[in-house]
Amino acid sequence: MKIAIASGKGGTGKTMIATNLAWYLAQQGEAVVYADVDVEEPNGHIFLKPTFDQCHQVNVLVPKVKQDLCQHCGQCTEFCQYNAIAEMPNEVLIYPELCHSCGGCWKLCPVGAIATRQHLMGEVFIGSAGKVACVKGQLKVGQARAVPVIEAVKKVLKEEPAWVIYDAPPGTSCPVVASVRDVDKVVLVTEPTPFGLHDLRLAVAMVRVLGVPFAVVVNRADIGDQEVYQFCQEQNIPILAEIPHDEHLAQAYSRGELVVERSERYQTLFAGLWRAIVGGGPE
Amino acid sequence: MIKELVVISGKGGTGKTSITACLAQLAGQPVLVDADVDASNLHLLLTPSIEQTTEFRSGHTAVIRPADCIGCGVCLAHCRFGAVTHRTMDDPWRESHGAQILCQDCDFCKRSCSVQVNRAIQAMQEAHGNTAEVSFQIDPLACEGCGVCVRFCPVKAIDFPPRLCGEWYVSDTRCGPMVHARLGTGAENSGKLVSLIRQQGRQLAQDAGAALVMIDGPPGIGCPVMASLTGADLILAITEPTLSGIHDLERVAELARRFDIPMMVGINKWDINPDQTASIEDYLQESQLIWAGRIRCDRAFVASQIKRQTVLEYASGGVVHEIHALWRHVQETLDTL
Repeated sequence: MKIAIASGKGGTGKTMIATNLAWYLAQQGEAVVYADVDVEEPNGHIFLKPTFDQCHQVNVLVPKVKQDLCQHCGQCTEFCQYNAIAEMPNEVLIYPELCHSCGGCWKLCPVGAIATRQHLMGEVFIGSAGKVACVKGQLKVGQARAVPVIEAVKKVLKEEPAWVIYDAPPGTSCPVVASVRDVDKVVLVTEPTPFGLHDLRLAVAMVRVLGVPFAVVVNRADIGDQEVYQFCQEQNIPILAEIPHDEHLAQAYSRGELVVERSERYQTLFAGLWRAIVGGGPE
Repeated sequence: MIKELVVISGKGGTGKTSITACLAQLAGQPVLVDADVDASNLHLLLTPSIEQTTEFRSGHTAVIRPADCIGCGVCLAHCRFGAVTHRTMDDPWRESHGAQILCQDCDFCKRSCSVQVNRAIQAMQEAHGNTAEVSFQIDPLACEGCGVCVRFCPVKAIDFPPRLCGEWYVSDTRCGPMVHARLGTGAENSGKLVSLIRQQGRQLAQDAGAALVMIDGPPGIGCPVMASLTGADLILAITEPTLSGIHDLERVAELARRFDIPMMVGINKWDINPDQTASIEDYLQESQLIWAGRIRCDRAFVASQIKRQTVLEYASGGVVHEIHALWRHVQETLDTL
């Protein structure tokens, strides 16, 4: 079963929950993979401290113009929807950061002047932390598009039989859609504040459009007001767990510690959360 | 000369928006731009009155006209984004238009198929039989608007309308004019929308005679962040004293170096971990980043949000002094640029 831990708002506790849940499950003897698809800013490794023994480059195909064959007909420049090709007086320039690798230019060039080459977007690391298998996607700083790296992680795990916990990026735009589509369940982590509720509404709209089953976890559940709870009730969205604000948890988090390692209280909490996730609703 | 200050973080949830709202109050009617178009929050504190709404159309999306689709599968063969799906006999939306595959063994499909072994067409034929009524449709969420299927469809059955990606607004707030936006679910082109609203912000500043455009940026380092940064005069990165915050700050610092934009760092919630706060401050000295200040944890951050106020409007005491001090440092740095 594949689960994605997502949110609308950033900083609600996705990574804290995803890493602790993965660790807890492994302690219970379950085969589990923690997959970090927040490829712009992956943080799960800080808590799980995996040893990565494999590193795969994530490349995308981008065009390469054979300048001596180019007849300067301009069709490629006109066709490209991403402004990734520019016609200069003496040459045709390619901007690989903008290219979406659609293949259009090299397919339509009437004289076969466009070949392809690999362009490095990022990396996928594979390894483990104790009994937790870990996969991490990381975008190279300066590359614009997270989606190819996210899809590379998902491809590695496509046939994975174990539980997979995807730690998704914040928001609702294309990297998040790429992270959460085709999973069995999405857990939306929110906080009971106006920002949290506003962004939760957006995230709920997104998962509904995608048609993926979802439920909510309210983190720092006592710091704000009741609006998030009212929203979930009105919308018939199950709340799988409420995690109260805890200074000790915040400090442990700041030090990169997994709170389930030492705290019975949190072991109980994550046990309950897990039962709620697989059981389809709160206990 | 109009200057642009952009507030980013790398990691989400460090307090960018809460702090930006306070700085907006101290900066004397700057033009505000909420560049976190994916999940804008600044308007929740500044309660803008919207004066102008404009649709944001960017790029295109492919739409197959079912009545004209001959089910040849060329679109499926070419699409690199997995956006082409079958419409099947059981699909309730399907119109009974009487279109059939009139296979005449011309082999056009095999000749145009870029998949070397014609797997897609074989599979289609096996699944539905040559005489079945089958057609394809495009999943709008997966479609990246590249236009390849449109170009290669042998019967020109695919339309390519402009894509409505969202909306943007020009508003008035108590802190100054604000440009903000709302992007559609799962939309691409967030970078383009950010660029557009920044441009609008600069124009507004020119018209209003404002000296500063203050941009509330998105989390991460991808295209919407880069669109927020490019051409800005100063970056203020808001971080927190956690290992995650530090890790993400380093990636954002690298981006700032690539863009060659000076970067200041403000440490929010510094009292969660004073040791790590101190080590961040050491790191700032070693790198070429400028220390902007520290802001403590305070319940006022949430309490003021609930009241739709900024922290400055709600709180008193230490946190207020810290925010003022941070703004003074930012202002001083802006004055030198």
